[in-house]
Amino acid sequence: MFTQRKFYTPYVSPTDPCPPIRIKSYETPPQLYLGFQPPCLPQYATAKEALYRGTLWPALYSPYESPYKRGDTGE
Amino acid sequence: MNEPLTSAYYDLLEEIQAVDFVLCELTLYLDTHPWDEEAVRQFNHHAKQSRQLKKQYENQYGPLFQYGMSYSSYPWNWKDAPWPWQV
Amino acid sequence: MWYYEKKLQYPVRVRECNPRLAKFLIEQYGGADGELAAALRYLNQRYSIPDKVIGLLTDIGTEEFAHLEMIATMVYKLTKDATPEQMKEAGLGAHYVNHDNALFYENASGTPWTASYIQAKGDPIADIYEDIAAEEKARATYQWIINMSDDPELNDGLKYLREREVVHSQRFREAAEILKEERGKKVYF
Repeated sequence: MFTQRKFYTPYVSPTDPCPPIRIKSYETPPQLYLGFQPPCLPQYATAKEALYRGTLWPALYSPYESPYKRGDTGE
Repeated sequence: MNEPLTSAYYDLLEEIQAVDFVLCELTLYLDTHPWDEEAVRQFNHHAKQSRQLKKQYENQYGPLFQYGMSYSSYPWNWKDAPWPWQV
Repeated sequence: MWYYEKKLQYPVRVRECNPRLAKFLIEQYGGADGELAAALRYLNQRYSIPDKVIGLLTDIGTEEFAHLEMIATMVYKLTKDATPEQMKEAGLGAHYVNHDNALFYENASGTPWTASYIQAKGDPIADIYEDIAAEEKARATYQWIINMSDDPELNDGLKYLREREVVHSQRFREAAEILKEERGKKVYF
């Protein structure tokens, strides 16, 4: 399954002063996978939708939310 | 133009921003895909649409370009507020 | 030459007067991976790169100026009518005594913009790979600013700008492929 966020678990030392974040994440947006863009990819239905997505092609759309606000890194 | 702008202004501006955004995306795409005929056709279609919308905008709210890229009414109104960061 | 168009590329909204967020945002105005650095980097590289990618550098460089204007608009709106006291509380006291509420090409910690933020190696591969890296760094910077911001309307504009970095990175990756094509090999002088 294609995901745009990858997770890893850094080593946690018993002497680390800050409360550990056990699962960390980083972003892997679609331009890392697409290769040379093939012609005739599906487009957003309207110009306005493209504008608010920031791209004309769903294949290049990368949603982003802070990982700290949604607890994604917590568990 | 010192009265606050109406929602009609924001709607028309948004329409132009949307069409111009498609043109921006297609411009970059065509720079690396110059042989995509369908994309060129879509580009020209949107270019025409953009011109029509801007003509309508300029009639109501003043010129979008200068150096002669837009016509001026009298008196010269290019320098009139609001500027894009103010609206 | 260039023509100015009296409109923003994207509708920029901010919810409230918040100079603290402006202080963070200025990173994308005058920081190493900011929009000014991006625009100047790409437009300057055009003079020493194969013709087949000059168009892309010109167009992305031009779009970066539209993004610079969006960032300026965000900073302008976040600090407009902020009092000296509010600027001080936001950590912008030192900025205020030097600039009042004026914008300045500096990063979030107040270091002025410098040309050493950008490279022009003259080697097409080195330059295009620098551009790909610059887009990824700018994308990451937008992520960190979004993580710090609690203004949903500002974040909408920031997510748009982050997405543009994704698309620009895609196009530069394609430019690298175009530069690698065998077709350019058989040139006889």
